[in-house]
Amino acid sequence: MTDTRNPAHLRERHRSEKIFRFAGLGAITLAIAFLGTLLVSITLSGYSAFQQTRIQLDITLPADPESASYQDLVKQALRATFPDVSQRRSKKELYALVSTGAAYEVHQFARANPARAGTELEIWLTASDNVDMLIKGKVLVDDEAAVRRLSDRQISWIEQLTTANRLEKQFNSNFFSNGDSREPEVSGIAAALAGSFFSLIICLILAFPLGVMAAIYLEEFAPKTWLTSLIEVNINNLAAVPSIVFGLLGLAIFLNLFELPRSAPLVGGMVLALMTMPTIIITGRASLKAVPPSIREAALAIGASKVHSVFHHVLPLAMPGVLTGTIIGMARAIGETAPLLMIGMVAFIVDVPKGILDPATALPVQVFLWADSPERAFEERTAATIIILLVFLMAMNLVAVILRRKFETRW
Amino acid sequence: MLKRTHTLATISALAILIAGSFSGAAIARDQIRIVGSSTVFPFAASVAEQFGKTTSFKTPVVESTGSGGGLKLFCAGIGERHPDITNASRRIKTSEVKRCASNGITDITEVKVGFDGIVLANTRSARNAKPFQLTLRDVFLALAKDVPIAEGKTTANAYETWQDVNPGLPAVKIEVFGPPPTSGTRDAFVELAMEGGCKSFGWVKALKKQDKRAYKALCHTIREDGAYVEAGENDNLIVKKLVANPNALGIFGFSFLDQNADKVQGSKIGNKAPTFENISSGAYPISRALYFYVKQAHIKTIPGVAEYLSEFVSEHAFGPDGYLADKGLIPMSNKERRDWRTRVKSNARLVM
Repeated sequence: MTDTRNPAHLRERHRSEKIFRFAGLGAITLAIAFLGTLLVSITLSGYSAFQQTRIQLDITLPADPESASYQDLVKQALRATFPDVSQRRSKKELYALVSTGAAYEVHQFARANPARAGTELEIWLTASDNVDMLIKGKVLVDDEAAVRRLSDRQISWIEQLTTANRLEKQFNSNFFSNGDSREPEVSGIAAALAGSFFSLIICLILAFPLGVMAAIYLEEFAPKTWLTSLIEVNINNLAAVPSIVFGLLGLAIFLNLFELPRSAPLVGGMVLALMTMPTIIITGRASLKAVPPSIREAALAIGASKVHSVFHHVLPLAMPGVLTGTIIGMARAIGETAPLLMIGMVAFIVDVPKGILDPATALPVQVFLWADSPERAFEERTAATIIILLVFLMAMNLVAVILRRKFETRW
Repeated sequence: MLKRTHTLATISALAILIAGSFSGAAIARDQIRIVGSSTVFPFAASVAEQFGKTTSFKTPVVESTGSGGGLKLFCAGIGERHPDITNASRRIKTSEVKRCASNGITDITEVKVGFDGIVLANTRSARNAKPFQLTLRDVFLALAKDVPIAEGKTTANAYETWQDVNPGLPAVKIEVFGPPPTSGTRDAFVELAMEGGCKSFGWVKALKKQDKRAYKALCHTIREDGAYVEAGENDNLIVKKLVANPNALGIFGFSFLDQNADKVQGSKIGNKAPTFENISSGAYPISRALYFYVKQAHIKTIPGVAEYLSEFVSEHAFGPDGYLADKGLIPMSNKERRDWRTRVKSNARLVM
């Protein structure tokens, strides 16, 4: 036995405790600093995507919304705003101020408001990505003209429009209502969001009941033999398998054998379910194990069957833990791209999917595709999509924490 | 508590129902499916988007799988389960045509889209940052694993600065960010730039006839001592690294130079700058042709394929003033475009 009253020894012990505390504190500070840097840099480069530059033009809507060339209407309106532009080359530069999607926006407006047919109106149209980048300061006006994507003439037009209050940054509704586009200014995350939503629903519907059932059987009913321990080891192995492998499995079984459609959220959800299920089984078993045996014994003692004792007493008490595990598994699934590559969900999807069989993509895939695009304006949209993805992740983890706090029983 | 059990049972019943009811269900496809090269992807996606907006057909689904992966999917068979079109940043190989034929795909329409230039660029922002003036031989000598020293003799590449390679170049350390071997851009760079410089040695050119393997090993192998840095498939990342590192050069596609002209500048190769005009005329030496391939059997069965084709080969798409040129595609000459358009209209079959 060491003498605790020995002052030198005591000092030594206090010193090592202090070192340990500082090391722990240091580790946490470092982790928070990294997380903070990530969040700050993504927010700084992404927040500007929630606004979009728009230009106000006077357009006379045609009497019949389906017969007119809206491209020509937008061009006419631009020429009317700047009547002194006459050369072919400068006209082309003038037309490049608004997005190629602007004609489509006028068409949509005319369709939605048949009462306004034939009248003149002032309408805000999406400006092109080059104008948007200039207004947001991502391209500098004082760069040499040769390296800018906007000419001196275009910049003077932008200045005129700004002083006439016909050019301003507005909330970017396109970003939330549109599918993907090769024109950054009209591209949006609606298709990816819907695809992620459908995939996660399928994943939940498949993985949750199967995972919970497997956990209950293995923990409560299965005899402890070499076979069950083999299964247990393999479930743990499965949880550590790289996600791309599940994608290959999905390609071989769901697409080639079952002949399910490519790029469908149904298949995406099934692949993600395979990936999430081991997590649910493992956490499910852990929380079932945490329910004290006295509960089971009490139920059995007053005559309940084994099934009754499990479903009426043990499972409800273990549910907070099971749900926490499920949500954490789903939160991992929402950020996966690798398994989706193999089943064709890494794709350019314009139409927002309406069901689980429509071609779709997912939020992290949208990040991947935009990060690889040359246009400058996609940079902020990539960051903005990451923000949306992070918000979802945080919300899901928050729900997990709340569930645990609210329903957790301490023994 | 009983209610919870019921919910659980309902959910699992639903799951089994959904999982069961869709297996083997074949749904008639009314949407074009395109796979293939990530280089052609932005152009194909632009055409698909335009096609979806201006016609009554659904917008085609464009997947980015890489040229080889796309051709593999394309050649797997005929029918709704298989893609209609595949994009490629190189021409289809004889082995792939055979593979297609063995799966019943004998009638293929080939369409050449245009060109893509590969540039070597450095940052514009650093002090006295000037564009490099290189020749293909400089590029080869700077980046090859082994370099020729005398007739029939080679040695491990020991060049450290550009000045070592060519006294006319600046005394700057050789550091080049480029794509990894899995990338199509890398293949094209090796074939056009490296081999181009390699062939400029007379005896190496003669070697091609005698020993093709030795020739390939010499001309196609990139050094692995840190002078060439594999920077991943993402070209935006390479642009960012160039801005951070004023001495480095980067290898990427022309559209990234076009979009980032305020940050990086392309090196002149053989005294030709990588401009739209120079690549289009063929004066700039490192450029490759882009293609896509269509199953003729699907033109009849999948609605919209013929219309998509005519949209792609129209002047307002792949012409010199078309929207694809705005995206960085280098158009073909007037005559070539006319020829390809006629071939598409007449459903000409691919002949190797």
